[in-house]
Amino acid sequence: MNHLAAKRKSLTEWLVTTPSFVWLIIFFVLPTITIFAIAFRPTNIDGGIGGGWTLDTWRSLANPNYPVIVWRTLRLSVATTFICLAFAVPCGYFMARVRDSWRQTLLLLVVVPFWTNFLVRVFAWRELLHPEGWLKQGLVFLGLASPDAQLLYNEYAVLLVLIYTHLPFAILPVYAAAEKFDFRLMEAARDLGAGALRAFWNVFIPGISRGLLTAFLVVFIPALGSYVIPDIMGGPSGEMIGNKIAQRTFSDRNWPHASGLSALLTLAVLGPMVVVLMLQGRKQPSPGGEKKT
Amino acid sequence: MFTTVLVLLFFYIPILLLVLNSFNAARFGGQWEGFTLDWYVRLFNDGPIWTALRNTLIIAVSSTLVSMVLGTLAAFALHRYNTRLQRIHYTLIYTPLVVPDILMGMSLLLFFVAAGLQLGLTTIFLAHVSFCISYVAMVVLARLQDFDFSVIEASQDLGAGWWDTTWRVLLPMLAPGIAAGGLLAFTLSIDDFVITFFVSGPGSTTLPIRIYSMMKHSRNMPIINALSTLLLVVTFIAVWSSQRLTREKRT
Repeated sequence: MNHLAAKRKSLTEWLVTTPSFVWLIIFFVLPTITIFAIAFRPTNIDGGIGGGWTLDTWRSLANPNYPVIVWRTLRLSVATTFICLAFAVPCGYFMARVRDSWRQTLLLLVVVPFWTNFLVRVFAWRELLHPEGWLKQGLVFLGLASPDAQLLYNEYAVLLVLIYTHLPFAILPVYAAAEKFDFRLMEAARDLGAGALRAFWNVFIPGISRGLLTAFLVVFIPALGSYVIPDIMGGPSGEMIGNKIAQRTFSDRNWPHASGLSALLTLAVLGPMVVVLMLQGRKQPSPGGEKKT
Repeated sequence: MFTTVLVLLFFYIPILLLVLNSFNAARFGGQWEGFTLDWYVRLFNDGPIWTALRNTLIIAVSSTLVSMVLGTLAAFALHRYNTRLQRIHYTLIYTPLVVPDILMGMSLLLFFVAAGLQLGLTTIFLAHVSFCISYVAMVVLARLQDFDFSVIEASQDLGAGWWDTTWRVLLPMLAPGIAAGGLLAFTLSIDDFVITFFVSGPGSTTLPIRIYSMMKHSRNMPIINALSTLLLVVTFIAVWSSQRLTREKRT
């Protein structure tokens, strides 16, 4: 009887696991392997993939143009992540402390941009920074910019919009962690003589570390793979790895090369992900992290 | 509080100016040249946009339905069983959530080409299901976390079979979670540009792809403002009504 029940249980497990498991093996794992495989293939004259195996792609990645773009991608992603976290922490703190009726409204206001079409949000900034746009006109009017200053097509424009689109992703996990944080701990620290700033840094920040790690992950990794924002805001002087991948795929039709770049990006993405997952795994039993329900 | 207000202004000022500009007679914003609905009229007469919208809706509805089924099953498996298989399963579900869109698009493009599939609506559908499963699974899994499984046992003790328990107890109780996951999948599918851009072929233009090519090439920017404003209105209504729905459920 027990044996039969166990057997039935594992049968049900297989039945409910197989659909999503097999789907993701076919449409997620296999494609990722394909990238790594095609990076070792030669190019074909008519834009396809040739037969046989070669290291050509990997050799051409040493091309001196790439370090500049790799460095810019890293620099912009790190800057985006830190600036987003710097704004997300006070926002999350405030939202967790405010009255409940207000909290719902604030949460809604943070979520709406997140649900708004991504291209629309990027486009809104493009219009603002456009030579004829409101922001440009305003700055010229105030005498803060010369009439021929170019606000679009540079790294700062890319950084600005990267922050704009990723900030809601940073606020939500920080807020979720802050909401679970026991604020009496901060009062206790104050009672024991800690200053406001010290209580904030030494009690609140470690208390929401899981939220901070999640925020780091959901901002830094997508930022590394940005493509649309540098494409629309940056121009050639704001290009990131994502632009190079798209260029090699669509304009040059050099798929092995595009695969090589994608393979590099995949490795760059897996690194921080594994580190954060390991940190989160270790953080699990720490006090304050998980409250008993 | 100061930072929060600043951040909210930062979020909304560009969007508000965009809405304002959609009624601006000037071709480029920055100067107010009078109120007009001209851009909206032009938008309604733009045939390709409506074809693109139709494609977008076909893909969003079909991929949402399929990913709701797959995602719910996945969440149930992840919650109910604690085996090594489920740990691998969890990694499989979790990883697509953090992998950048461009990698997913690029890998799927190469995979479809290698598999000899014709790029078009079918490949877009397959790609959308692949990234929506994870979101649905995560939302349903969160609901399952505060689900009382003794209800299932009670129903079985009372003589209900596996089928009855699933359809009359489990699914109705999970319905709000599944609906929330489906709504998220639907929005993500409508919104997606990067992955779709990589796996679409000729004749399978979706709305974001159309908007993108207008942004890159068109001289009639205000038409995009008008379209964006309409999309914003739809988004506001959707978010607002879903918040109301969940709030009424709670009380």
